[in-house]
Amino acid sequence: MMMTVKEIKKSLLVSLWFVFLTFPIMVIKVNPIERTVTWRWSNVLYVAVGSFVISLLAKAWLVRKARAAGRQQAACQARASILQELLHRPGYRYPLIIMFSGLALAFPHLFSTYQANIMTTALMYIVLGLGLNIVVGVAGLLDLGYVAFYAIGAYSYALLNLNFHLGFWAALPIGGLLAALFGLLLGFPVLRLRGDYLAIVTLGFGEIIRLVLENWNAFSKGPSGISNIPRPGFFGLEMSLDHAMIYMYYLMIGLVLLTVFVVNRLQHSRLGRAWLALREDEIACQAMGIDKTRIKLTAFALGAFWAGLVGVIFAAKTTFVNPASFTFLESAIILAIVVLGGMGSIVGVICSALILTLLPEYLRALSEYRMLAFGAILVAMMIFKPEGLIAAVRRTYRFHERKSVAALQDDE
Amino acid sequence: MMNKRMSKPILDVSGLTMDFGGIRALDHLDFDVQATEIVALIGPNGAGKTTLFNCLTGIYQPTDGEIRLACPKTGQQTRLNGLKPNKITEKGMARTFQNIRLFSQMTVLENVMIGRHCRTHSLILGAILRNRKTREEEQETIHKSYEILEKVGLAGQVDELAGNLSYGAQRRLEIARALATEPFLLLLDEPAAGMNPQETVELVTLIRQIRDEGHAILLIEHDMKLVMTLSDRVVVMDYGEKIAEGTPEQIRTNREVIKAYLGEDGE
Ligand SMILES: Nc1ncnc2c1ncn2[C@@H]1O[C@H](COP(=O)(O)OP(=O)(O)OP(=O)(O)O)[C@@H](O)[C@H]1O
Ligand SMILES: [Mg+2]
Repeated sequence: MMMTVKEIKKSLLVSLWFVFLTFPIMVIKVNPIERTVTWRWSNVLYVAVGSFVISLLAKAWLVRKARAAGRQQAACQARASILQELLHRPGYRYPLIIMFSGLALAFPHLFSTYQANIMTTALMYIVLGLGLNIVVGVAGLLDLGYVAFYAIGAYSYALLNLNFHLGFWAALPIGGLLAALFGLLLGFPVLRLRGDYLAIVTLGFGEIIRLVLENWNAFSKGPSGISNIPRPGFFGLEMSLDHAMIYMYYLMIGLVLLTVFVVNRLQHSRLGRAWLALREDEIACQAMGIDKTRIKLTAFALGAFWAGLVGVIFAAKTTFVNPASFTFLESAIILAIVVLGGMGSIVGVICSALILTLLPEYLRALSEYRMLAFGAILVAMMIFKPEGLIAAVRRTYRFHERKSVAALQDDE
Repeated sequence: MMNKRMSKPILDVSGLTMDFGGIRALDHLDFDVQATEIVALIGPNGAGKTTLFNCLTGIYQPTDGEIRLACPKTGQQTRLNGLKPNKITEKGMARTFQNIRLFSQMTVLENVMIGRHCRTHSLILGAILRNRKTREEEQETIHKSYEILEKVGLAGQVDELAGNLSYGAQRRLEIARALATEPFLLLLDEPAAGMNPQETVELVTLIRQIRDEGHAILLIEHDMKLVMTLSDRVVVMDYGEKIAEGTPEQIRTNREVIKAYLGEDGE
């Protein structure tokens, strides 16, 4: 290994820093009832050695990568991941798809309803991630207030049901469209903003919606929220709680499929290319004859639409909404899904949504270290895969001779 | 100096002025471009050439003056002041950038397809349903983009990321992307910068070919040999003002021009 003394020193510093940072939670244990403090000194050793080794490994990896990059400088075309590679080979493609869909369909019967419930939440985050992916990943507009559209969807079902007794299926499209409308409303004032400024304004927008819901008691019932929201009906059939949960699961599977289909087609269309161009270079994009106002607004509206749909489903699933479900933390998680998944990559967003929502659940075994481990995994992902889990691969286009015009096929 | 020839000009600039705070980058500039003419715009660094392009294409709003564009086919004239850059491109004037501004994470073909955006129409619903009309439009876009890439000699690299191309190839891709918008007037900002002699020769052939296909070209260039062999007419700028205009031969011997390039005591 080409590790120099300097790098070992650096790793030592990193581990000292980690010991210092984790000291309050790892070493000091306060028992508030007996009013005693236990000092767990052995943990210092674990943290120090652990972080030293990890830091050294990361450094070694970076050194190796730098050398590899030096060797093949120019050829930095994004390589397809194994999964994308397989999906593109006709021999593997359909068996893989059949396998995945079989697994997805059988899931609630193989595992408990509890597991199916967790999976439903994960599926909801997939749709949220794919929606935000249009805005952030494809069009490159940093939106930190995405949760506002989720809230709008949830509250539109809750309120429409409370005031007008509207059912789930009627509220679903209304929630989506209302969110899209608010997406447009947010779009107009931020048309001229870019980067950090856009992020700040959208963050503010998210908070405004939440604060309105929290304080306008007459309209939204304030912090206590709205309860007794009916679950989705199935042709008037009465369902037990278990069955309702499984029904929700299948509903989400359907929505995920629809979202993937629509988002994939959008991405590989005239509009999708214009979004990408906008992300790459706003001035060149305009100079090429693209109306930037228009495509920005469509990106905001189409992104918000999915959040609205998922919002309605969320309200129906929990049968209760209150503003506390729509804090900035939600926006941050959805953004993390998009960024870690690989900006603009549908497969990537799906994988990272599954990881980011299922991981905390299955890390429960680690009890109090759960969030620590979660954070460590996020950091590791950012170090080892800075371009995201699965980077988007550019599509190649071919001109089909007259006869096969209809046989246009595509994929991510 | 120049006798006004034949028909109405396709680009007519009069009294164009651009101030940046205290700096006057363009000072009451008048000039025009005729259909299928190659006009070169030269001048020392900082003379305001790129600023002129930015004003023409709507990226900057000029402080004063008029810009008029007339379609050579219909003869219809439009005032460009105040129009957005995308509208101006739609009217039939496209440009390349001095500091290459390709969409570097998109493929070569996609870059050119972006240029087709303003000549195609499919919208959200078309994209989702992918109906017959959308599919045909998409095929036409691909087809036309391939043709243009063949013309500029990039047909072999269609699936390469634009950012991975060599410098000269990137400049040619910029031209291809601009051509895809179907302009009748093409603005080229230092297209030969950074090219080797071989590439420059190919570029001259390409620009001639583009002109012969019926496009007018306004080009900024520092390579005097290229300017003198290629252009029908040369406009010389210094400190935002037009100091001379004429055929390459007239410019070569113009005292004002020599002074601007060699300094006050030059010669
Ligand atoms: N956005 C701007 N803000 C302030 N000043 C500007 C701006 N753009 C250009 N200028 C100034 O206008 C003048 C002309 O610049 P311009 O880029 O047009 O020169 P140029 O003729 O293209 O030079 P070169 O041959 O080096 O490309 C310069 O003094 C420049 O500093
Ligand atoms: Mg310039």
